[in-house]
Amino acid sequence: MDQTFLAIVFGPCDKCSKEKPLRPVSVKSEQRSYCSLCVEMGLKLHGLIPPGALLINRYLPGQSFDEGLSNHQLFAVHQVAERVEALGQFVMKTRRTLKGHGNKVLCMDWCKDKRRIVSSSQDGKVIVWDSFTTNKEHAVTMPCTWVMACAYAPSGCAIACGGLDNKCSVYPLTFEKNENMAAKKKSVAMHTNYLSACSFTNSDMQILTASGDGTCALWDVESGQLLQSFHGHGADVLCLDLAPSETGNTFVSGGCDKKAMVWDMRSGQCVQSFETHDSDINSVRYYPSGDAFASGSDDATCRLYDLRADREVAIYSKESIIFGASSVDFSLSGRLLFAGYNDYTINVWDVLKGSRVSILFGHENRVSTLRVSPDGTAFCSGSWDHTLRVSA
Amino acid sequence: QMERMIVSMQDPDMGIKMRNQRLLITVIPHAMTGNDIVEWLIQKYGISEEGECPVTGSWHQGVTGAAEPPRSPQSLSAESLHLGNLIVKHGYIYPLKDPRSLVLRADESPYRFQTPYFWTSTKWPATELDYGRCRRAAGTNTGTDPFPAPLSATASLAAIYLAKKNIRKQGDLIEHEKDNYNLLHKRINHTWDFVVMQAREQLRAAKQRRRGDRIVIDCQEQAYWLVNRPPPGAPNVLEQGPERRNCHTTRVQLTKNMDYYKREIEYCRKAMARTRVKSSICLEGYIKFNEQYVPHDPIMSGCLPSNPWITDDTTYWAMNAPTVTNPTKLRVERWGFNFSELINDPLGRAQLLEFLKKEFSAENLSFWEACEELRYGEQSRIAEIVDSIYQQFLAPGATRWVNIDSKTMERTLEGIKTPHRYVMDDAQMHIYMLMKKDSYPRFLKSDLYKNLLAEAIIPPETKKRVFPFMRKQRHSSPSPALLLPAGDAEERSRSPSTAPVPEEES
Repeated sequence: MDQTFLAIVFGPCDKCSKEKPLRPVSVKSEQRSYCSLCVEMGLKLHGLIPPGALLINRYLPGQSFDEGLSNHQLFAVHQVAERVEALGQFVMKTRRTLKGHGNKVLCMDWCKDKRRIVSSSQDGKVIVWDSFTTNKEHAVTMPCTWVMACAYAPSGCAIACGGLDNKCSVYPLTFEKNENMAAKKKSVAMHTNYLSACSFTNSDMQILTASGDGTCALWDVESGQLLQSFHGHGADVLCLDLAPSETGNTFVSGGCDKKAMVWDMRSGQCVQSFETHDSDINSVRYYPSGDAFASGSDDATCRLYDLRADREVAIYSKESIIFGASSVDFSLSGRLLFAGYNDYTINVWDVLKGSRVSILFGHENRVSTLRVSPDGTAFCSGSWDHTLRVSA
Repeated sequence: QMERMIVSMQDPDMGIKMRNQRLLITVIPHAMTGNDIVEWLIQKYGISEEGECPVTGSWHQGVTGAAEPPRSPQSLSAESLHLGNLIVKHGYIYPLKDPRSLVLRADESPYRFQTPYFWTSTKWPATELDYGRCRRAAGTNTGTDPFPAPLSATASLAAIYLAKKNIRKQGDLIEHEKDNYNLLHKRINHTWDFVVMQAREQLRAAKQRRRGDRIVIDCQEQAYWLVNRPPPGAPNVLEQGPERRNCHTTRVQLTKNMDYYKREIEYCRKAMARTRVKSSICLEGYIKFNEQYVPHDPIMSGCLPSNPWITDDTTYWAMNAPTVTNPTKLRVERWGFNFSELINDPLGRAQLLEFLKKEFSAENLSFWEACEELRYGEQSRIAEIVDSIYQQFLAPGATRWVNIDSKTMERTLEGIKTPHRYVMDDAQMHIYMLMKKDSYPRFLKSDLYKNLLAEAIIPPETKKRVFPFMRKQRHSSPSPALLLPAGDAEERSRSPSTAPVPEEES
């Protein structure tokens, strides 16, 4: 816990009588002791704080800003973000619709060339598209259904995918007429339960996987050897993301045990863990600077966790959103958080202000996957309505 | 969670006002119009924007801050219409006028709340006919076999429902209902008489009710079956993904032995000792990052000449290709943000190399690149790469000897005896920091960089086309998969889109 510089008195609040840390407050020139919640409410009533502005402990001008004392007051983001300009009207439209999957689209990934994508679906089909022209370039049928994970190699020369077959397979992409793509397939990862997520590291030769058996693992593609395994989740691991940091040695994973854990790839140890969600974490994504990450969960909220402060710093939720978030991603500057939900919509959140900027309709079934393109010009969303949409 | 919303909708004070609605000539009690539903949702949604949530009592939900842009009435109602629609699709509210289609219309059409008995979350008790409630088998729901075996309570009730319909409509059922009816008949042949008897009983009892009640019950049932047995082609709202948290046997168990606890203790110790940065400082960090990067974010600030997805013009990509002779101004500016931006951009890295050559420290960059190759390379080549790095950069008298402090050098040389992927990490980090703290600031002040900035281009914005309906030709680009080192790329790069798209079975 950080140092606090005020001597805090603990006791029953003069207003709500709850046992809380108290602040001295003068009301009608009388000294009282209120808990922080009552202070905020009082100030709001007197118009000293504009409605909607959220404070933590900074309720009297001139007083120093110090850390929140309890877990209730988490919206530090907004306070500092008061200085940031509000966003204007936001218009995004679907620019491309990719049709061709015969069943629910479960996962997708962008190629580094900013226009190609690979997508996988429930019927076992994995398709590589040039989403700009909407042409299909490659197609593979996996021997299993529910291909829940797919990834594009950094070089653009291979793809990886897996699902209910408990394996992750790497397919080199080839345009040769007589080549059977499946012939060159490499089975890389072996888990004891379904594969939920996979991602290449900085090169084509290493793959990181997450599985329903509660572990993540790092594999060498060429030999299929297990390089490192990561144990610690108490339930299925549903998602992972690699850190963009300079040292490139950590990644974050989220699971059904409501925990998001940060791992050191070299030692296999968990470095940090966060457990504030109320339900399964479906998706995690690093903030572009690498200092924080966002998570989307079945409890219908998205949350932002800061790694250096080691805590949750923002919650993105609304009463009218009652369906879980299946997939999240940041825009290039990290100002916007795109989140796809199981109620068929995509909500766009202002990361700094904590408010929703826009809601995008268009899909006819739940949005299962969402990724922003590598250069940030557009984002692609895949859905159970068999289509993928690129919006800008 | 939907149910919480439904319950609050039905709240006598704050909920939707229900009146007797007219449906043709009959009066239906306790109903509401589609419009009412949408309005109530807007209202409630409006409430949650204020900041205080009477329902949950916490500060978490729905706080937006004054900065949320004013929502037009249309967008508010689009969202509430969508939400209302979902509620209807999940069977919590059903329409009285057009019971076949589970859609919410924001007009005067009447709706009613579905009885909790029929809620999708209600678990149906077992009957003699069944062996317990069968869950839909994950992943194998092919759609042609809608009823899991053995027979469940819902199947027998479905049979009764369809039998009733059959009798009433005298055999004139819809196609898919006929199919289901026949399937069920085959399945529970032995108790079919029972089913028909039940159906007849229910019909007779119904005749004795008032017309209003009858309509209501009919619609209720209809809606329930539409949700639970959707006609072919309609999306099934009850579908879930593959089961999670099943199969404990396949879970990799964390054996709670000595090792485990030792690790836990170590983790907790590290966690306590870790320096935590104040949230306020982290947040300042976000704001700074935001200020720096927002002009570079195409979604926030647009991109010049134009966003290829919007105008179908790929000039933006051509101008920002990894290797290009004239980089754009934004790109060159970005190299000044921090060292990793410079080194991760191939063009930036090349410029850095040029600069380092002038300073006679180019071997640093080459060493760093070689270490990266080691870290992310193939397992089988590790020994080979380590050796090559040693020969080139670390051996005494090496041609491109790098300047590392003696301690790190000692450790690295020791580690080379048992080469592994991370053996060069310390040395690599040292050199990286050297470049970052020493060479990089000089690079930014150098003439080389200043010239780059001056010569960098700002692409002009594409003029809006006069005839916007003439869509530009969308050209395909060569796939990266074609860029093989052997130089085959030249031959095949012309039109990959005409290459056959083979459908592969594996």
